Amino acid sequence: MATWVFSEEVDGGPTTTALELLTKARSLDGEVAAIYLGEGSDETFAALGDHGATTVYHIAATDTLAAAGIAAALESLIAGGSPRIILFGLGNTDRDVVGRLSARLDRPVLANAVDISASGPVAVTSEILGGTTKVVTEVRAEAPALVIARPKAFPAEPSGGAAPTVIPVELPDRGHAGEARITSRHAESSEGPDLEAAAIVVSGGRGLGGADKFPMIEELATLLGGAVGATRAVVDSGWVPYSMQVGQTGKTVKPGVYIACGISGAMQHLVGMKDSGTIIAINKDPEAPIFGVADLGIVGDVHSVVPALIEALKTKS
Amino acid sequence: MKIAVCVKQIPDPATPYQLDPTTHWVIRPPDQVMDDTDRYGVEVALQLKEASEGEVVLVSMGPAGNMQGIRQALAMGADKAVIIDDAELKGSGALSTAKVLAAAIKREGADLVIAGTESSDGYTGVVPQQISELLDVPALTFARKFEKTETGIRIERQTQSGYDVVECGLPALISVTAGVVEPRYPTFKGIMQAKQKPVDQLTVSDLGLDGDSVGGSGSGQDITEVSPVPSRQAGQVIEDDGEGHLRIVELLEQAKVV
Repeated sequence: MATWVFSEEVDGGPTTTALELLTKARSLDGEVAAIYLGEGSDETFAALGDHGATTVYHIAATDTLAAAGIAAALESLIAGGSPRIILFGLGNTDRDVVGRLSARLDRPVLANAVDISASGPVAVTSEILGGTTKVVTEVRAEAPALVIARPKAFPAEPSGGAAPTVIPVELPDRGHAGEARITSRHAESSEGPDLEAAAIVVSGGRGLGGADKFPMIEELATLLGGAVGATRAVVDSGWVPYSMQVGQTGKTVKPGVYIACGISGAMQHLVGMKDSGTIIAINKDPEAPIFGVADLGIVGDVHSVVPALIEALKTKS
Repeated sequence: MKIAVCVKQIPDPATPYQLDPTTHWVIRPPDQVMDDTDRYGVEVALQLKEASEGEVVLVSMGPAGNMQGIRQALAMGADKAVIIDDAELKGSGALSTAKVLAAAIKREGADLVIAGTESSDGYTGVVPQQISELLDVPALTFARKFEKTETGIRIERQTQSGYDVVECGLPALISVTAGVVEPRYPTFKGIMQAKQKPVDQLTVSDLGLDGDSVGGSGSGQDITEVSPVPSRQAGQVIEDDGEGHLRIVELLEQAKVV
């Protein structure tokens, strides 16, 4: 019996979510192993080991979308290693792999997990209906249980574990199904601190009115040493890159202070930020749902309140 | 080119969802709307059809009800719809949904399958990938842009740090994000025509699927507990009198941010 954790390489190392899941895996069932997709390095493998992985199944990066091959390779590995649980994050590649694996193994996927228990049957707690209702789902199917966990559901804590055994994994040829070729890669760098790790997040919504108003959100964030976030409506409109999206389908943040500017507070957005320390909201509409979670709500025009706030902060510093 | 678009009818998101007290499944009223995120997939399909001839078939699983949501998608311009409505499918999870949709797509013989990245009511977010595996085709997922190539399809796929350009030949599946296109509104003519368009209503056995492999019994999971999440204590909401920003500064000072 064992618990495995999937991680794709992002910015040269494992994702924060993978380290969180490895930490959680240590308390679940037996040995912990990581499935790592990417270049890999001694430093990376050491970090995985330090968070509890005793084995790393290493899948070298390819110039194709590898999910089809990975699902087939994992099917063989599972037959040999009998994991009881395999944990995935919310990343796009995570979802590609777990979806395909689920269909291959004929096992369900339990998504949006905020807690996992393995003391009896594997049971997953998730929040549904926009985070207002909590459900516990027990897995009836045979092992392995395939679980997608939400980011920041668990803290990432090093265990001081030794460097893991690294086992290279070859991907089988999937024929046409494996023929999604990556012809180029593009990074859209955002400046300032990492959104998911920042102590302060300033986010802008549709209420700003247009892309030309977004720089004031960036200016406020810079003044406070925080990161910039946005709602789905804003990234869908192309005002800022998708990597800045906070919400169900974007990033989950838990900063000490979250400032929501011109954000009404759709369920989709609240799920990604409602666990922040102090929430400050500025919105024209007194009925906006964002005020239901805000510690301080200012009913007013974001175009006058935010510039005034920027001026006041500048005077102070 | 024959294009299948996966669409879902969901309870109107503006009305609170009800869960069945015994099964904990979402109660589906007869009046359901098309999931807003599916409008993007329908639009992508229509644009591809307009560029190179073909047929757009909607594929949907769930209680047909009065088919308001399906008619919405037909009114946008899809040619026909296949809806699989069967009591045996109650309690279906993502995999059961994928099995049913994949079987219906196979029956239609589509060259390209288009799906949204996740539904707005269930958001497991893996159905497109499961369908691609069941059909044994490549999946270009999380598309934020797309174009037809000579032999297949090319997309920009959202990644953690930006995007990748990915391409493949047909048959294939693409999953699209809400930023990919601006969905059209149905015209009056479209709405009138939608009433005459063919809608095939099928059951699990029409698709040759084993009833035990789908629906609640085939889902491999049981909901054992449902409880409300304690809601956050709402704080103070004040009208801006020109000094609202000073209250924010105060709070930031208390939080030792400035």
